Amino acid sequence: MKRIGVFVCHCGSNIANTVHCEKVAQVAKDFPGVVLSTDYKYMCSEPGQVMIQEAIREHNLDGYVVAACSPRMHEPTFRKCAARAGMNPYMVEQVNIREQCSWVHANKEKGTEKSIDLLRMGVAKVVKNEPLYSTTIPVTKRSLVIGGGIAGIQAALDIANAGYPVTLLDREHTIGGRMAQVDKTFPTLDCSACILTPKMVEAAQHPNIELMTYAEVEAVDGFVGNFDVTIRKKARYVDFDQCTGCGACTEKCPKKVPSEFEMELGMRKAIYTPFPQAVPNKPIIDAKHCRYLLDGKCGICKKVCPTGAVDYEQKDELIVERFGAIVVATGFEQFDISAYEEYGAGKIPDVITGLHLERLMNASGPTAGKIKRPSDGKVPEKIVFVKCVGSRDEAKGRPYCSKACCMYVAKHATLLKEKMPNSKSYIFYMDVRTPGKNYEEFYARTQNEYDAQYIRGRVSKIFQVGDKLIVRGEDSLLGRPVEIEADLVVLAAGMDPRGDAKDLARTLGISYDQHGWFTEAHPKLQPVETHTAGIYLAGACQGPKDIPDSVAQASAAAVKAAGLLSKPELTSEAMTALCDEAICSGCGLCQSICPYKSIEIKSINERYHGQMRQRRVSNVNQGLCQGCGACTVACPSGAMNLKGFTNDQILAEVDALCQR
Amino acid sequence: MSAVDNPKQPAKEWEPNIVGFACNWCTYAGADLAGLSRMQYPPNVKLVRVPCSGRTNPQFVLRAFQKGADAVLVAGCHPGDCHYATGNYFTRRRYLLMQRMLEFMGIDPRRFQARWISGSEAPKFRDVVTQMTEEIKALGPNRKLREEI
Repeated sequence: MKRIGVFVCHCGSNIANTVHCEKVAQVAKDFPGVVLSTDYKYMCSEPGQVMIQEAIREHNLDGYVVAACSPRMHEPTFRKCAARAGMNPYMVEQVNIREQCSWVHANKEKGTEKSIDLLRMGVAKVVKNEPLYSTTIPVTKRSLVIGGGIAGIQAALDIANAGYPVTLLDREHTIGGRMAQVDKTFPTLDCSACILTPKMVEAAQHPNIELMTYAEVEAVDGFVGNFDVTIRKKARYVDFDQCTGCGACTEKCPKKVPSEFEMELGMRKAIYTPFPQAVPNKPIIDAKHCRYLLDGKCGICKKVCPTGAVDYEQKDELIVERFGAIVVATGFEQFDISAYEEYGAGKIPDVITGLHLERLMNASGPTAGKIKRPSDGKVPEKIVFVKCVGSRDEAKGRPYCSKACCMYVAKHATLLKEKMPNSKSYIFYMDVRTPGKNYEEFYARTQNEYDAQYIRGRVSKIFQVGDKLIVRGEDSLLGRPVEIEADLVVLAAGMDPRGDAKDLARTLGISYDQHGWFTEAHPKLQPVETHTAGIYLAGACQGPKDIPDSVAQASAAAVKAAGLLSKPELTSEAMTALCDEAICSGCGLCQSICPYKSIEIKSINERYHGQMRQRRVSNVNQGLCQGCGACTVACPSGAMNLKGFTNDQILAEVDALCQR
Repeated sequence: MSAVDNPKQPAKEWEPNIVGFACNWCTYAGADLAGLSRMQYPPNVKLVRVPCSGRTNPQFVLRAFQKGADAVLVAGCHPGDCHYATGNYFTRRRYLLMQRMLEFMGIDPRRFQARWISGSEAPKFRDVVTQMTEEIKALGPNRKLREEI
């Protein structure tokens, strides 16, 4: 029988308040195999760890159980503690009597009883633990950044500057993302393009960065350090090696389409670059609208191209590349305001969103920076802003705050006053949230120096009378209804996850929350990691963020990725599947169930009744196996087992739980 | 037969004993979150941590009933969200079948449940555990499959 130690943690008062820790430790003394059972105030503290290490040596322990917080929290701590005392780290089991006991059961007697049951289970398991050893796997020293917005660009630059090659991938045919659409940035009011475009160019020219625009991730195989990513390079119908970006084709193209970049306030051609500072600054053909590609008539761009770069025959191309780390920076979508019918959203042309206003303000936008109403081109005087459209609204399924809207509305009100001193902005708000450096000061200036009138309350209805928009709402501070005759209404639309974020999450094997934002491994302590090792998050794909936050998170993700790439090799999972060749029948069921393609059928030679014969058996690649255990259940002969979670161990746990 | 048809009047302080198999990435994390959020639920469900709900062999479920569990819960990530890509699809198929088989053997289907609880669904974890405990309390102790001790 193995010699087992039991250590019960009080976690200060977190556990001890609702569990009799001394009693638990006392009862555990009688469990089979237990030679030492004790309790202590903080097992994870330095003195606690030293106590465990001394006990391991003094009592010659083969394994130990610590009853404390969740193993998801401190299992690595206690494994390392064992290793320091010369014990195999996998001879440790942690029993969760905090998250799943003391914190959820106020009744001390019942909590103590459950703690004892859980501890009995832990001891029953650890008796059957075997020492495990991990192997090493190589690291591909390249990183993939998905999404070329400001977060993706920053992450790519930081990884590249750390000395590792980066592929920066964007589904659009230019990098820049949402920030490229923005006119000015708060709270400094510096022009967005002026600070973004140098970064775009830097990324394009960096020797360690390969730009891969107009491309999408199709599939991801492999695991940390060695992801095999299938990328679809969409057909651009323009050979970029030949194209000089002269723009003759765009000029002559007869087909006009509403420009997505300009929020459909302006037009673009079917062969186009979305905006003048695009990187790469070469046009592509939009196959959905090109006359030649649709019905074979036209072909003007090909005729006018001086270098013969237009190629109507180009096809999508699938490539597979291997990366060690992946940074996901796919950003957000603006909330679709048409859900707010009471605001006439999507029906009244002069009810627009924040991004529309950005384009109207921008000097290179569709109105060359003149604020004109979309309906009749009139210059508006009274402008009403409605905040929290698609944010903090349970009825629309968006209970979260979109974080940036309060500040961008203040920015818009300031800029409108600067551009049009006779204009007046009215801002309907629920709360004004301005946590951020110099944000509150900016908001105060908007009110005091730029004459914006903040009205606390929701808008109930917006409708057209003549060429005016009547905004009806309530001033909840004065407790009376208000009605404003406005020329233009701007809905401060919140942020939504990308419509296809969930598909990407499934492709990558990362998780997302109920709204579709990607989830981080820990909300406080692992804000850029995902639950999948080697995949990191940056920017608004993880939740609404403004530019400074996105950049900060991108740099954090880059450090994590570079840290991973800097390792000469990785330690593989030690808790992997193992086949007992003696009873394996070679049926191959495990092979088809394995999601990591880590099982192969091999031939072994064995002596059978005095003769040599060949037999087929399963073989698990220990580097590829991630330890899910699917194969163990599929195996009809019980040959497949999962180290660390063997059939024997789990059955012993079940027995222990039922034994009372 | 008699033990099933005329279950002994449960002792006054009889509490159901429920064995739960929770996948490490979703349900176990959801249970941890319930703890962090200080939600209160009955202590009858005790979780066995498994890497994936797909690791739960039907043999473990049968063993639990055999050794005296009054109910068994298998819980993992929502289909489509498996940490190991496909594990919980197999769980789903396997336990749809398993539940019918147990019913055929005379075990009330409420005594065996497979649920999907994500790492952020602490309230759902609390509700599933609470509801299951109440149901099993009403059903009384399980006698089927049970080894006489």
